[in-house]
Amino acid sequence: MNDLIRRYGVTITALMCLLVAFWLVMLVVVPNITLFEQSFRPYLPVVEVGGPKDFYSFGNYAKVFDGSIERTFFGYAYTIPVHVMTFGLTIWYSIVVTVACFLLAYPLAFFMAKIANPKSLPTLLLLLFIPLWVSEVLRAFAWWIILAFKGPLNALLLAIGAIEAPVRWIVDYDGVVIGLTYTYVLFMLFPIYNAISSLDTNQIEAADDLGASWWRIHMRIVLPHAKPGIASGCVMVFMLSAGSLLVPSILGSTTSQWFTQTIDQWFKDALDWNTASAYAFILLLLCTVFVSIALKVFKVKLSDIAK
Amino acid sequence: MSAKIDLDNVSCDFGSFRAVDNANVSIEPGEFFSFLGPSGCGKTTILRMISGFINPTEGAIRIGGKDMRGQRPNQRPTALIFQNLALFPLMPIWENISFGLEVRGVDKVTRRKKAEELLELVDLKGAADKMVSQLSGGQKQRVAIARALAVEPSVMLLDEPLSALDLKLRQHMRAELRAIQKRTGVTFIYITHDQGEALAMSDRVGVMSQGRIQQIANPRDIYNAPINGFVAGFVGENNIFDGKAAAISGGMAGFETAYGTLRARINDDAKDKALRLYVRPEHTLLSATKAAENSIPVTVSEVSFEGAFISVLCHSDDGKLIVAELRNDGSATVPDIGTKLHASFDAARAALLPDANVRG
Repeated sequence: MNDLIRRYGVTITALMCLLVAFWLVMLVVVPNITLFEQSFRPYLPVVEVGGPKDFYSFGNYAKVFDGSIERTFFGYAYTIPVHVMTFGLTIWYSIVVTVACFLLAYPLAFFMAKIANPKSLPTLLLLLFIPLWVSEVLRAFAWWIILAFKGPLNALLLAIGAIEAPVRWIVDYDGVVIGLTYTYVLFMLFPIYNAISSLDTNQIEAADDLGASWWRIHMRIVLPHAKPGIASGCVMVFMLSAGSLLVPSILGSTTSQWFTQTIDQWFKDALDWNTASAYAFILLLLCTVFVSIALKVFKVKLSDIAK
Repeated sequence: MSAKIDLDNVSCDFGSFRAVDNANVSIEPGEFFSFLGPSGCGKTTILRMISGFINPTEGAIRIGGKDMRGQRPNQRPTALIFQNLALFPLMPIWENISFGLEVRGVDKVTRRKKAEELLELVDLKGAADKMVSQLSGGQKQRVAIARALAVEPSVMLLDEPLSALDLKLRQHMRAELRAIQKRTGVTFIYITHDQGEALAMSDRVGVMSQGRIQQIANPRDIYNAPINGFVAGFVGENNIFDGKAAAISGGMAGFETAYGTLRARINDDAKDKALRLYVRPEHTLLSATKAAENSIPVTVSEVSFEGAFISVLCHSDDGKLIVAELRNDGSATVPDIGTKLHASFDAARAALLPDANVRG
């Protein structure tokens, strides 16, 4: 602080601090606190707000357990509250997206960091970045067109003889998973790329020289070294996927429902901001818990990720 | 345990640059062989070709008589010690050492036992469960050696492994490396730009310049009978005289210079080349009176005390620098600056040598 004042003078320092404080308090803290406070109050007609019915409770949170439906899992029938199921599926498919992103990003990151000619790297990075210049909405719609039943993907696969009849891509959660993977794969790629870049190539060669197969080189040398990068990529992709509204809305099918869509419906269709807030905090809290547990299981420290 | 290595007419090109040019060398089983040369002379390329990370453009590399063409580094009976050691920082020491056994499917108990044995061999008992970051430079060095020895290679390849250590430790590790080599009997191929290291440790030394092996000989011959000016200059200091050879007979020749005709040794095959006279400073003598032959009048211009020896810098009448080294054993009187003396040398100690063997 003293250093800042010495460098920029009192006026500019105060201005900077005020702006940051404004941003933090007014645009982050206050809206969240407002929603948090609302989430514990019932949704009431305006005239009754502040009246005797307006008291704090966990009623809004308990609503996720309303309205059970019957499902079967490998022949075993059970009933589950529909919103809990939506939440579970959101988490499950977010994991699928995270794993898919990892499987795509790791080989590419390794290629970029250790195999590609450093001279061609800027071109490679540019090619990866160009899609980001287009709005996420347009990209999601582009995938909607690509994946359409009579769209270019089916046409191509039919033309090269990979499939015999057109495939319905946008069924269940397939379209959502494809769209989310595409949207967030770069958030996986760059942390892993950074991590692998910092690995001394001699270590790979040393393992090779000691007789290790490429599989073992990756399992014992590259993956452990890249673990913080992988973890930070996974956290980002998972959180972004679970919190995404746009892609599930556009690429979702009649049988897919993302938890964010449920929240969105509480906000916009039911106009029940109180319940919507409660749901939003459930998502935030449980995702955070899930990620913390995952980090514990994989023995990654938060400080490693921050590096 | 140890194998013979043959390089037959091995060349290696990087694009249009020839890094190694027609290298021919036979390294005996159990030999400590050094490639010595300045950076960029191709010595590391030779090492990487033997270990299999680079393929020769031409020629063949044989280990134990078997052509290594097409063999991946993980299939060769070699173990490479990297310049920066390349220890695995995320594994404890014993796992580092037994990594080569792990990839060969050896069970954990045997691996651990072998790692302990090797740690004892390199004098690092009790370090098995430490992490790499907890060790000092010299200890890391030993772990790297143990890790390479664990796979029982026929050939150990060492890429300037001592260059990161400080002087005292470097000297200690020289003796250590040599002792480990003798104990295990493994063929060592050592890469260095430090002539002291190469001369002190090796059975034979190959001196390289610009991709070519200039001379292969034992350390004494490399120093005392260098084959050309590059070798003479790389492994030690010289007073060098320009001139023209005349009257060659019985391995000796007269050499006409600005200081009269000097006499020195000459090799038969060097006769027709451009020659210069090389004599080591420690073989250059200073005396008040003119010597019988090879005598040049000089003036002492600087005396530099180096510890084990005293370096006396003199200038001839026409300004040429001639350096003489006196042993610091009290036997020689150190001349004052400005003293007029005669510098001389024994003809048998001086050699007429051509320049380095490089591609025209």
